[in-house]
Amino acid sequence: MGLNKDTNYKTNFLTGKKISNISLEYFDENKFYKEEDLKRNNYTLINFWASWCLPCRQEHSLLIQLSKEKNLKLLGVNFKDKKKQAEMFLNELGNPYDFLTKDELGKSSVKFGIFGIPESILVNKDLMILKKFVGPLSTEDYDSIVEIIN
Amino acid sequence: MKFKLLMIILLLNFSLVNGEEKKVDQNTIHKNLRCLVCQGQSIADSNSDFAQTIKLVVKDLINDGKTEREIYAFMADKYGDWIVFKPQVNKQNFILWFLPYLALVLGGVIIFFLFKRRRN
Repeated sequence: MGLNKDTNYKTNFLTGKKISNISLEYFDENKFYKEEDLKRNNYTLINFWASWCLPCRQEHSLLIQLSKEKNLKLLGVNFKDKKKQAEMFLNELGNPYDFLTKDELGKSSVKFGIFGIPESILVNKDLMILKKFVGPLSTEDYDSIVEIIN
Repeated sequence: MKFKLLMIILLLNFSLVNGEEKKVDQNTIHKNLRCLVCQGQSIADSNSDFAQTIKLVVKDLINDGKTEREIYAFMADKYGDWIVFKPQVNKQNFILWFLPYLALVLGGVIIFFLFKRRRN
């Protein structure tokens, strides 16, 4: 029984859990994005990204497409990045985020169970995690997000 | 007088021992946390980006007054039991924890009855 168990790290257990005590500093202001702000959105996709992360470029076009969805807000968390580089990245590829925050030391991301980027978490207005995506979003992931929010 | 002095020494000793117990050792915690992006390394052994971040968070949690147990519970809540080398007892793993003790007790009982039968 135990020998057949898959020992690879999986994040499925996070689905159905509620996120709490979040406080993410806005990218441009000395203000914080908190739980109350998340509760205002029907659905939020929290996307952890950085300009130095190559797979983040790969998923960016899908994020741009998702930003057009009316029932979904995109919360970007710029992870361990340099501000100038991050701005250049968004100027070049476009800014899909409704809210942009930063996590310079990566400590805030631990509260979301992040262990590498890109990672995305889909939450509802009750702050419940509906799905977690490890690695760049694929077209299948895009379809599943659209299906959940509509 | 002697009794009072003895009591004071005992109390002081007790509080010292308790104080030692409450002290949270950062390195012990690092050693008992798995680096999720490494091959079989602990947070203490690894210099990966993930390990560095976890070390910072552990430091913050200690400064916030969290106990070793609370820190493991926090990490397990965020990353699952897999992150802790010595997982806490829960519904999923209690058999794994208690089976050796059960086997020991059962073995003892069997040996006891075998000896008893031999004597008879």
